[in-house]
Amino acid sequence: MDTGLLAQYVMNGLMLGMMYALVAVGFTLFFGVLDVIKFSHGDVLTVGAFTALATYVGFSSLGLQSNWLALLAMLVLATLSMAFLGMVIARYLVMPLRSAPPLNTLLITLMLGTVLRETVRLFYPQGANPKPFPPLLPRSSVDIGTFNLRLDNVLMLSAGMLVIVGLQYLLNRTRLGLAIRAVAQDEETARTMGINFTAVVLVTFAIGSGLAAFAGVMNGLYYNEINFGIGLYLGVVGFSAAIIGGLGSIYGAILGGFLFAGLQIIGTVLLPFASAYKDVFAFAAVIAIMAWRPTGLIREKISERV
Amino acid sequence: MSRISKLAATGSAALIVAMAAANADAKDRVKVGFIGPLTGGVSVNGIGGRNSADVAVKLRNADPTTKYEYELVVLDDECKPNVAVQVATKMAADKDVIAGATHYCSAAAIATVDTYHKFGFPVIVWGAVLPDITYRNKYAEIHRVNGTMINQNDANAELISKLGYKTVAVIHDTTDYGKGHNEYFSKALDKIGKAKIVGTFGVTADQQDFTAELTKIKALNPDVIYFGGLTPIGVRIRSQMDKLGIRAVFDGTSGIVSDAYVQGLGPLAEGTLAFREGAPTDKLPGGKFFMEKYNEQKYDSPPEAYGAFAYAATVMILDAIEKVGPERKKVIAELENVKDRDSIVGKITFDDHGQNTVPVITKYVVQDGKFVEWDESEYASGKRKLPGQK
Repeated sequence: MDTGLLAQYVMNGLMLGMMYALVAVGFTLFFGVLDVIKFSHGDVLTVGAFTALATYVGFSSLGLQSNWLALLAMLVLATLSMAFLGMVIARYLVMPLRSAPPLNTLLITLMLGTVLRETVRLFYPQGANPKPFPPLLPRSSVDIGTFNLRLDNVLMLSAGMLVIVGLQYLLNRTRLGLAIRAVAQDEETARTMGINFTAVVLVTFAIGSGLAAFAGVMNGLYYNEINFGIGLYLGVVGFSAAIIGGLGSIYGAILGGFLFAGLQIIGTVLLPFASAYKDVFAFAAVIAIMAWRPTGLIREKISERV
Repeated sequence: MSRISKLAATGSAALIVAMAAANADAKDRVKVGFIGPLTGGVSVNGIGGRNSADVAVKLRNADPTTKYEYELVVLDDECKPNVAVQVATKMAADKDVIAGATHYCSAAAIATVDTYHKFGFPVIVWGAVLPDITYRNKYAEIHRVNGTMINQNDANAELISKLGYKTVAVIHDTTDYGKGHNEYFSKALDKIGKAKIVGTFGVTADQQDFTAELTKIKALNPDVIYFGGLTPIGVRIRSQMDKLGIRAVFDGTSGIVSDAYVQGLGPLAEGTLAFREGAPTDKLPGGKFFMEKYNEQKYDSPPEAYGAFAYAATVMILDAIEKVGPERKKVIAELENVKDRDSIVGKITFDDHGQNTVPVITKYVVQDGKFVEWDESEYASGKRKLPGQK
């Protein structure tokens, strides 16, 4: 295989992996602070993407032309409103169930996901149909041999990278991050040290859900199309990525996201049979990894088996 | 049976007779069905079909000489086999519905044929093109007004070979519909023997990301990418081809002939090939009449490629009921002897499998945001050129 094609595969994989990683980070954050698995996470992404689209429609009906301003407005509005939605979900659905068996949380968020998805389908105008998403980033591209490098992909990748670095900084270098890590490690000790447990949980859910909205907008910009079902698939993939990376570990989630994308690409490129089986291959690999390392590739300091 | 329930039964029977007597001067209401994808990725086609069937019923009800007052029962199959079986069962189990014009999606239509057969419910398929729908079994209940995908793939392979293309990569969805297209196109291309298939890729019908498959295709560097599937993923594949800088001809099937394809892609749709059975709506014998009547109803969406077929199927059902009365068995018997019947899509003849034998295939190419007949396009005249066209 020539290097141009290889570069193309790597680029495709990086784009996919970035989206998966952003979703997986959310799963891992929620599990970290509350030890819950929040299955509505993927559908929060969908709602975020549709919020961004609605913002764009509103923006252009005001007669404003600038793509960059529109994009900024979409990102800010989608991220903030999903952060808020995440807090509401945490406060009124997840936290009240803390003393109930974890299965209840899992079920209730699974159902909430269906409610969110169906709400988009039924109440967004013509929500059952795929919606074209405006290509707001510059579309120029360079051909390097057989490799087609596009400016919008580079911009999206850098933005995703910045978000991850920013999150890393927030978690490791700020007081808020310290509080989140303290709660994740030991809730009761954290409380006795004077950390406001509820506030930390709510902020964590806000961050995770905001990341999902960001991934939703990125998904829209990359494919120029969104539909009410995107979150379901991304949710399952993001969850699997978080698991193979090691639930509770941020690095693990990122690693898991890129690993899953890599597996899908390998499934398409190297397997002799039809590429329709690439998901079968990728998920089978996830099962194998889980059997090999039940706590994920990067273990949490005090790990719990899934 | 206890005495009370016997009494109740007699009482209600008497009531029904009395009601029937009261209504004697009004026309009897007869229900006919329509099933198509009203939500989901191909809903534009389903809604166009639904509207067209609605036109047929409205026109009939406006005619004072008819024996019955018709009511259209509409159900949504979402283009999904499992949903299709549910709604088909629902419709066929309702004894008041006499017959139905059913299904745009092949995957939905093929899943339901046994259901219709079991219930003895006569249907006329209005859009699905998989040959197996009529030919796998010999069910008296199943008919189809549009042609099958065999003819369109013959025409497709012929045009590709004639234009001098040598290599083709095939992408198809892994439903019965996409697999059928792959099979018949590959056969037709082999038979002509001028072009060869360099790679075949099966993809899921709701897949989002095709960059891995397309990068693999880019390495194969084919002249043409053939796509057997429906509009939503057709739009995704064509747009991702552009993102990867692939400059092959995009060669589709009847599944992408819709305004939604052109709208979803904008300028990128230019030069896409597609094939469909029957003539374009405005070239049909009754095309002008149909469009006039359709536009009078002021629907907010167009009839799309198969609207005329949905109209013709519904008209045929209504004709049969008018002639033999609202009884399923009689309607089935009546549909058996359809021969050289005039309709807005041309003469209709059902063979012994209930398949209309329409030989006409129309070749399309997208030019300036419209599906234009190939022979009338600037591509055929040489004024414009497809990528790699000699």
